[in-house]
Amino acid sequence: METLVLKGGLVIGPGGPVAADVAIEGDVIAAVGPDLTGERVIDCDGAWVGPGFVDVHVHLREPGQEWKEDIGTGSAAAAAGGFTAIVAMPNTEPATDSGHVARHVLERGKAIGLVDVLVAGAISMGRGGKKLAHLDDLWHIGVRMFTDDGDTVADAGLLRRAMEYVGERGGVIAQHAEDPGLARGGHMHEGSVSARLGMAGLPSVAEEAIVARDLRLVRLTGCRYHVQHVSTRGTVDLVRQAKDAGLPVTAEVAPHHLAFDHSLVLEMDSVAKMYPPLRTPEDVEAVAAALADGTIDFVATDHAPHSANEKEVPFEEAPRGVIGLETSAAVLNSVVGLDPVAFFHRMSVAPSAFIGARDHGAWPVVGGPANLVAFHPDRRWTVRPPFTSRSANTPWLGHDLAGRVVVTVYRGRPTHVAPEEAP
Amino acid sequence: MRHFLTLEDEPRERLEGLLDQADEFLGVLDRPIPKVPALRGKTVAMLFFEPSTRTRMSFDRAAKALSADTMSFSPSGSSLSKGESLKDTTLTILAMGPHAFVVRHRSTGAPWQIAEWSGIPTLNAGDGAHQHPTQGLLDALTLRQRFGALDGLRITLVGDIRHSRVARSDIAAFTTLGAQVTLVAPRTLLPPTVEDWPVAVSGDLDPILPDTDAVYLLRIQEERGGGEDFPSISEYVARFGLTAARADTLPDHGVVMHPGPMNRGVEIEPSVADGPRSLVTTQVRNGVAVRMAVLFDLLGGT
Repeated sequence: METLVLKGGLVIGPGGPVAADVAIEGDVIAAVGPDLTGERVIDCDGAWVGPGFVDVHVHLREPGQEWKEDIGTGSAAAAAGGFTAIVAMPNTEPATDSGHVARHVLERGKAIGLVDVLVAGAISMGRGGKKLAHLDDLWHIGVRMFTDDGDTVADAGLLRRAMEYVGERGGVIAQHAEDPGLARGGHMHEGSVSARLGMAGLPSVAEEAIVARDLRLVRLTGCRYHVQHVSTRGTVDLVRQAKDAGLPVTAEVAPHHLAFDHSLVLEMDSVAKMYPPLRTPEDVEAVAAALADGTIDFVATDHAPHSANEKEVPFEEAPRGVIGLETSAAVLNSVVGLDPVAFFHRMSVAPSAFIGARDHGAWPVVGGPANLVAFHPDRRWTVRPPFTSRSANTPWLGHDLAGRVVVTVYRGRPTHVAPEEAP
Repeated sequence: MRHFLTLEDEPRERLEGLLDQADEFLGVLDRPIPKVPALRGKTVAMLFFEPSTRTRMSFDRAAKALSADTMSFSPSGSSLSKGESLKDTTLTILAMGPHAFVVRHRSTGAPWQIAEWSGIPTLNAGDGAHQHPTQGLLDALTLRQRFGALDGLRITLVGDIRHSRVARSDIAAFTTLGAQVTLVAPRTLLPPTVEDWPVAVSGDLDPILPDTDAVYLLRIQEERGGGEDFPSISEYVARFGLTAARADTLPDHGVVMHPGPMNRGVEIEPSVADGPRSLVTTQVRNGVAVRMAVLFDLLGGT
């Protein structure tokens, strides 16, 4: 059996970094220690070696919108970003509201074999918000997370039934929180910048009102509940209170919400358009602090590819969303600057535990799964095309970031090696 | 590359320079042959992605009075209805060789994008509810003609500020030129965070009119959602419509302005629109001179 050695890195465990090589045989870690040798050696000098990243919020666009991305290009982009497991969102065409669509995504993911592709199911048929999706059908092929992401389940009665139905088995309901009445017609955060630009806004309260309501339903039903892409200080407060009260609540934050505020829209470029929108500097500070203190559990990219021609239109006409898989870890490292244990916790351990991904999110130990990433926190690079993703809609274009994925190892096999380390 | 996109952050000297130039061009427009050869050989492409009559004709008149040629584009029946992207449309028309673009678009920021993609001087003729800078200039010119200067002038803007690009350009021009601006509207027609703007705000028109030198009525724009923001037209008229009785409470020198097109009987009573205080037709005439000044500023001597 060929041995792969990650040489010279800092192996991250719950106790902190330890300088050691990691030897991999098959799909397990064979040895951790000094001076290991093998048939293939990858130089990881100075890099953090930890569990491969896990992203529970990815739009792979397949089936239905393959000109933006497909499971192949999305898996490759994930590998390039250091991920070993991702969760595909159900806003496909058709929506992932029944087992056969989910099965297609799972089987394609497995056949491509660059990351574990898990699937989130829709809460409602066609994500229409009217009638429950085929929840049993989805459950039986392994779906554990349900969301109408992109749209909010506005009907509290429907949401309650979904929580009761899914909650009794330990599934999780995830919400894209945006009250449709309060957010109607909005293109960006409602505030000083939208006022100046004359653009209709999505007020913070559109997110907070839904989260506040949903948390009362969590108290009623006991269902696990996950707030997707938290963007406001008020939502952070609601999540913190809910956790303090012992409710089964988790929350994620998208990398762009950790870094940019609504003033980016003044550049008149549609890469600043996403829902929830970029908010105020105070909100950016609040979500970053909440991620650092654990109120927000982990980072999830909301990777949302769109082709260039779809984005080469006025802001108000542009589709929403930005890609994130290839920049997420570097953004977190550059703008929040966590210590390596907290960093891997937010990028891998916590999201893996949340979604129940087997063989992911495990600190590297002998005999453990070889789903790993070597991430060099000090290596700087400039974000520029070409991207591994089929799309290039990122607000980071031209920016310098600190933190580079040196190698991603999925089931014992390197799925991405940084160009500068490739033989 | 110089453009003319917004009045936000324009220094006072530049605004005054453009107004002085417009004053000169008003003289040209009064001549028997109202035309100068200043932009002979230049071509101005009018990209009106949103239907417009008065602004497009005003720009056309201005360009021709400077001896420029014009090309025109209208969205209906064009490639836009065939799904062409804004960038492709821009680059296609650019290839025909215009020297400047005049852009109107229903979406905020479109003229900025066209300016960047095309690399030729671009004039904003109205984007979304954001800016309409030549309107701001022509309104400032109209007030300067009447009052000599805007310093200390008490100007009251009434109505749908939230959805109005005219209001945003007027507020920028008027405050930069030293006027005291008051906005009067129900909260639903005011922008969020308006309390941070350099203006006074009120929900009550009647007490303000006696201390107003110029009252500026904004169009109730039902097409921009204005109709959702108050209970009914009749309630709006009762609270904010400039009736003859209300106009009578203005000081003797008080004037009335409107960017047009007017909703007679809604924001303005017909007798006021046609009465002696009204500067509406003067505004339109000044619009041509102001647009000449801006075109000349960007294309003259290049």
